[in-house]
Amino acid sequence: MIDIRSITSGPKILQTTDRLMPSDHWDHFMARLGVKRNAHRVEPGLYALGNPGPDSPVFVTSNYTLSFDALRSALEGVDGYFLVLDTKGINVWCAAGKGTFGTDEIVLRVMITHLDKVVRHRKLILPQLGAPGVAAHEVKKRTGFWVEYGPVRATDLPGYLQTHMASADMRRVHFTLRDRLVLIPVDVLRLLLPMLAVAVILYFAGGFILSLAVISTVLAGTALFPILLPWLPTHNFSTKGFILGGLVALPFALSVFLQHPGWVWWWQAGQALGYLLAMPAVIAYIALNFTGSSTFTSRSGVKREMFAYIPAMAWTFGIGIILTGILAFVR
Amino acid sequence: MFNAYLENTLVYDTKLCNGCAMCVAVCPQAVFEMNGHLAKLVRPQACMECGACQVNCVTNAITVESGVGCASAMIRAALTGRKEVTCDCT
Repeated sequence: MIDIRSITSGPKILQTTDRLMPSDHWDHFMARLGVKRNAHRVEPGLYALGNPGPDSPVFVTSNYTLSFDALRSALEGVDGYFLVLDTKGINVWCAAGKGTFGTDEIVLRVMITHLDKVVRHRKLILPQLGAPGVAAHEVKKRTGFWVEYGPVRATDLPGYLQTHMASADMRRVHFTLRDRLVLIPVDVLRLLLPMLAVAVILYFAGGFILSLAVISTVLAGTALFPILLPWLPTHNFSTKGFILGGLVALPFALSVFLQHPGWVWWWQAGQALGYLLAMPAVIAYIALNFTGSSTFTSRSGVKREMFAYIPAMAWTFGIGIILTGILAFVR
Repeated sequence: MFNAYLENTLVYDTKLCNGCAMCVAVCPQAVFEMNGHLAKLVRPQACMECGACQVNCVTNAITVESGVGCASAMIRAALTGRKEVTCDCT
């Protein structure tokens, strides 16, 4: 085995600041749009914030720009070190889930940066959400450094640093309206092209209202659903999606009767039913996929949800589409 | 009304607890609380199976089948036939 220390020269410490530049804000903006989603990285290694000394605190973070920048901008006027792990440009929590923000990477990074020579103390302050990937006792055993789990949010760090005790609220992960709003652009943009393609095709095949239904469905699932999440009744994301879908489909169903008042009743009812079946199914499916963006769904719960509702989504969507298609021919 | 999240895979054996309070510190859903010198399960239904408590429990008093609670990751894994379920989130 090669001692990693023998192949790296002395401590290389990069400098950083607590100030975010316009270029940083631009980078955050692009990251929130999902543009080059794996390119928002900083170089892993050891960073100095301000003018740290051998007794200054060491904060561990991921090499995703949004994580790194959240940390440094929260520590205004603080002198300290950042140990930036190579998480491949993934945020702390997701990287911890994968294990790239993990025990092995911390041990490796402590060795590469000669952290034991840079600071006199033996303490690493980790974001709490790094815990799924890090065994604190393992890190202690292998590096001599104690792991201290700081608060969930970097913005709570100034308060935390006064006592090194996190309040119950600092330990809880939230999912505020703002947290949910920033997730919307990525999902909307990802479905934008397929949505427009289907909307254009249906415009020529079935008319304006049909293509409007497609756009409404996608926007309801990707934008309206995250906004309304806590206020939609029931616990399961799928049923929440079905409920929202029903509300969104209702005006389209009613429009059938207004648009063609003289047509036979079964044609009207069938067409309305088409909207009421197909639209909620798609919105429920997009809603179910939002479980991964949320901060509280368990894997076993999501699995139960998938088995319970995906068949219903497939059936209602299929029947709704076939119904609409058949009625389009018999009119 | 069916609630898929009433059950989960979290199992905690109080007899093995050494009172280090690490589970209380790492849990983002306040599932554990200290009760005297031992950790106590206070909100078991809130567990999101992130696995932080299990990984940081020295005495292995906690077990949980951890993984990402993400439908799209599981659907992708099912479609591509891969065993490993990981998200591609950033």
